[in-house]
Amino acid sequence: MQSINNWITRVNSNKRLVHRGRWINLTFTFGIDDHDFLIKINNGVITSIKKRTVLTQSGTFRIHGKSEAWEKHWLKIPPKDYHDIFAMLAKKIIVIDGNLIPLMQNLQYFKDIIISNGASDF
Amino acid sequence: MKNKDVNFEDILGRYLSITVDDEVFRIYAEEAGEGIPLICLHTAGSDSRQFRHMLNDKEFTKKYRVIAFDLPWHGKSNPPEGYHLKEYKLTTDLYKKIIMSFCKAYKVDNPVIMGCSMGGRVVLHLALEQSKFFRAVIALEGSDKLEAYYDLDWLHRPDVHGGEIQAAFVSSQIAPQSPVNYRHETLWHYMQGGPGVFKGDLYFYWHDGDFEDRSSLIDTNLCPVYLLSGEYDCSCTPERTKATAQRIKGSKATIIPGTGHFPMSENPELFKTYIQPVLEEISKL
Repeated sequence: MQSINNWITRVNSNKRLVHRGRWINLTFTFGIDDHDFLIKINNGVITSIKKRTVLTQSGTFRIHGKSEAWEKHWLKIPPKDYHDIFAMLAKKIIVIDGNLIPLMQNLQYFKDIIISNGASDF
Repeated sequence: MKNKDVNFEDILGRYLSITVDDEVFRIYAEEAGEGIPLICLHTAGSDSRQFRHMLNDKEFTKKYRVIAFDLPWHGKSNPPEGYHLKEYKLTTDLYKKIIMSFCKAYKVDNPVIMGCSMGGRVVLHLALEQSKFFRAVIALEGSDKLEAYYDLDWLHRPDVHGGEIQAAFVSSQIAPQSPVNYRHETLWHYMQGGPGVFKGDLYFYWHDGDFEDRSSLIDTNLCPVYLLSGEYDCSCTPERTKATAQRIKGSKATIIPGTGHFPMSENPELFKTYIQPVLEEISKL
């Protein structure tokens, strides 16, 4: 896992990725174990990643998994079942809930910003 | 410029019409090679371009007449007239009839049939019901039973782009080791599908085509069955392929490490090392 600043930099410096997300303006919740992070996106650019401190802070949708699972997802070559969030979903390794419409409208974008936190070139 | 100056591929494409249940389907098919006919069936929501590497490989085509066709609604095969009046849903019955009508119209004798994903499912049906017609069946990413892990309605609704969601869904089924050019070529095919077609195919793949109650009836002495699945396939997983092989006595199952749900298009060089021995074995049957 990269530091939060590195994660933001990796996404925002990827011009093609930002372009694909140019219609996205929302905050989603990304969970690791007992910690939730609120990832705010403006026109495809991540403007902040902040730890959720009170439950009334919420994202449009939430993607949650255990730290061991995310660590495998973020390896250079992830093992099978951990190589893609939908592969993880198929094996019930992660949970997705909330309003899924913006997620589905931009699914590859969200997959790519999540895997950007790892060592893979995706 | 003369033809000899052009670097043409070996593949030749042509159209033919078949009739199934009084409906006429205009079918596009590609072929290359001579010898034992090898009918190739593409995955749900894609088309016969997935097999271009095999069609262009002389090591295959020197012994096999490799034939790949687009199912109706896919690639360059039209849907039937009046398609706009009803929802597309691929049923087991329609799928089998299209394949058998195609084989008869193409006048192939004792062919091998190889299908991937939903094609890998239907060839198991054919191994049971058409064991005299087919020399052998090869199920790539094939199993007799699967469970849906997402809601098919996401694939066809006006507020989600069909091509992009289809590619984003199936990208989870491609191995991270697969060459990036072939990954994106495989995804491109998904981006080009007609509205609701992938969803209609998955009706067969996830629901109507379930076969685990009859797969044990296949007699592999009459029609040999080969199953090959990629390690990273999160749809037809290696575990599901192995479970299917256990139910089909005498079948031969192989798990291909480092590839996913589309071995022939996402990593053709790796796939060749696994499919070549199978085709060699079948050629000697």
